[in-house]
Amino acid sequence: MSPELLGLVLDATLETLYMVAAATLVGTVLGLPLGIFLATSGKGELFEAVTVNRALGLIVNATRSTPFIILVVAIIPFTRLVAGTSIGTTAAIVPLSIAATPFMARIVEAAIREVDHGLVEASLAMGATPLQIVRKVLIPEALPGLLLGITLGIVTLLSNSAMVGAVGGGGLGDLGIRYGYQRFMPEVMLLVVVVLIVLVQAVQSLGDRLARRVNHRLRRS
Amino acid sequence: MLQHALAAPGAAASPLHAAPDTPPKPIVASGYGDDPTRTPAARDAMIRLDAVSKHFAPRGSEAAVTALKDVSLAIPRGEIYGIIGPSGAGKSTLIRTVNGLERPSSGVVRVDGVVISGLDEAALRAERRKIGMIFQHFNLLSSRTAFANVALPLELAGLSRQAVRAKVMGLLDLVGLADKAERYPVELSGGQKQRVGIARALATDPKVLLSDEATSALDPETTRSILALLAQVNRDLGVTIMLITHEMAVIREVCHRVGVIEDGAIIEEGTVRDVFARPRTATARSFIGSLPGREPPPAIAARLTPSPEGARQTVLRLTLSGAAAGAPVISALARRLDIDVALLGGQVDSVGGEPFALLYLGVPTANWASGAVTSVLGEWDIRTEVIGHVA
Repeated sequence: MSPELLGLVLDATLETLYMVAAATLVGTVLGLPLGIFLATSGKGELFEAVTVNRALGLIVNATRSTPFIILVVAIIPFTRLVAGTSIGTTAAIVPLSIAATPFMARIVEAAIREVDHGLVEASLAMGATPLQIVRKVLIPEALPGLLLGITLGIVTLLSNSAMVGAVGGGGLGDLGIRYGYQRFMPEVMLLVVVVLIVLVQAVQSLGDRLARRVNHRLRRS
Repeated sequence: MLQHALAAPGAAASPLHAAPDTPPKPIVASGYGDDPTRTPAARDAMIRLDAVSKHFAPRGSEAAVTALKDVSLAIPRGEIYGIIGPSGAGKSTLIRTVNGLERPSSGVVRVDGVVISGLDEAALRAERRKIGMIFQHFNLLSSRTAFANVALPLELAGLSRQAVRAKVMGLLDLVGLADKAERYPVELSGGQKQRVGIARALATDPKVLLSDEATSALDPETTRSILALLAQVNRDLGVTIMLITHEMAVIREVCHRVGVIEDGAIIEEGTVRDVFARPRTATARSFIGSLPGREPPPAIAARLTPSPEGARQTVLRLTLSGAAAGAPVISALARRLDIDVALLGGQVDSVGGEPFALLYLGVPTANWASGAVTSVLGEWDIRTEVIGHVA
């Protein structure tokens, strides 16, 4: 394979990493509070707000059920508003983040709901405020699940990022389609797939390792 | 505020297992005698419930439930008060009204004079810091070490790091876990976890400790050591303890007074000694009967007949408590009536810190029928029941 092609793969890898990292950051920053709220605003829960909870749940579900490629195209006006342009790698971060946020929120919600309700009760009995319970009890206790969830979110973003070629987002998926498929260069396609596999493996094993390190529910030898 | 838990330097060093044998403070252990000024209603109560009811609205397919019906209770300062009842009787709801985890539908809950049931959230949080609570499943944070778990209520209260450190080490010392400070809950046994729970509950120097089935997940031996620790906390720190349980052995081991709850109502109440000696309700009797040695020995029970007709031996159940517990009943009967007395079964131990004996005796039916046995036993304050006759 020519050095030019290798250079293209390297550039595409960096673009993918840039998009995924940015969307992970936005998705987590927005998804974490949203997920915590979803997990704690049901009937009889810390921040009881049943109507808001239902409304947010509906929006989250609607976003999650929209196929990503349709979402990318559908929100082009919004993307232009936020990023100044609807084309390019930076612009692609907008739909990626919008898809990542409800995904992260549901994962965070599930992890928070896994925390034994007895701990919330014990904290209330100690005189903790709802915010203290979130900060000192729910998040630390759910941390292993949260880290695994974020890992899953990153892997999903890697796969979503392959579709932003539709708006000139670049990245590995785009390269694979344009060179590997449209220009009949199977070696480029193969390399792209290999790089993606390596990235997913790296992200997953890093996530697993971190989650294990913070999980004190497991007895260590 | 540190000195409270650390006030008794000997406390940490004293053997925790020795406590159940030591009688509790006489003022409590002796019951309230005949002096009306010392009845719990007259003395100022640490915990007081007046006509507390709790209804749960129907939810989904579940019907509406009345968990508490018009419950009134007064728990004096410095006492260990046990609530016993079958599951679903409302014990959990009852204890949760005391720290406001459950708001009563009607009635008033007071702790140390403060109307808990009428506080807003912020005021309630402040009061909760004066009320410790321990749980059946310990409810320790798995992400925190023993040290950090005990430190949590102090962090919530906004104490400085140094103050937290000194306080927590003192508490871990008190519960005998100073060497386990850096262990995570998963590395601790059930008994050790509950000790951490107790240390955590005592961190803010509470006046009251609520125990929600704290020993129900523990084996009998560990249960005894945890109860001994609670008795020590009560004795040395003067903490008033309210506990709920479904095990009569727990009541017998540490409580001064007991309330029996059934279907959301307190159906019987009194000093542990009195309730053990003279249970008035079937529920109380069945709880007491569930203790080992309480039922007639199976071999005898199988041969009992209700009628004395043609019987050789009559089986009596004697309940001896307090001053009468040491009554030499067997030798007195044997010597005075010149009869043989068979000891068929029984149990001698301490209830509410006092000696308590329950004996199954076999006496000749002729002597029982003549009233001679009853007149000898009548010299002591002993409860005598005829269980049946053996041919």
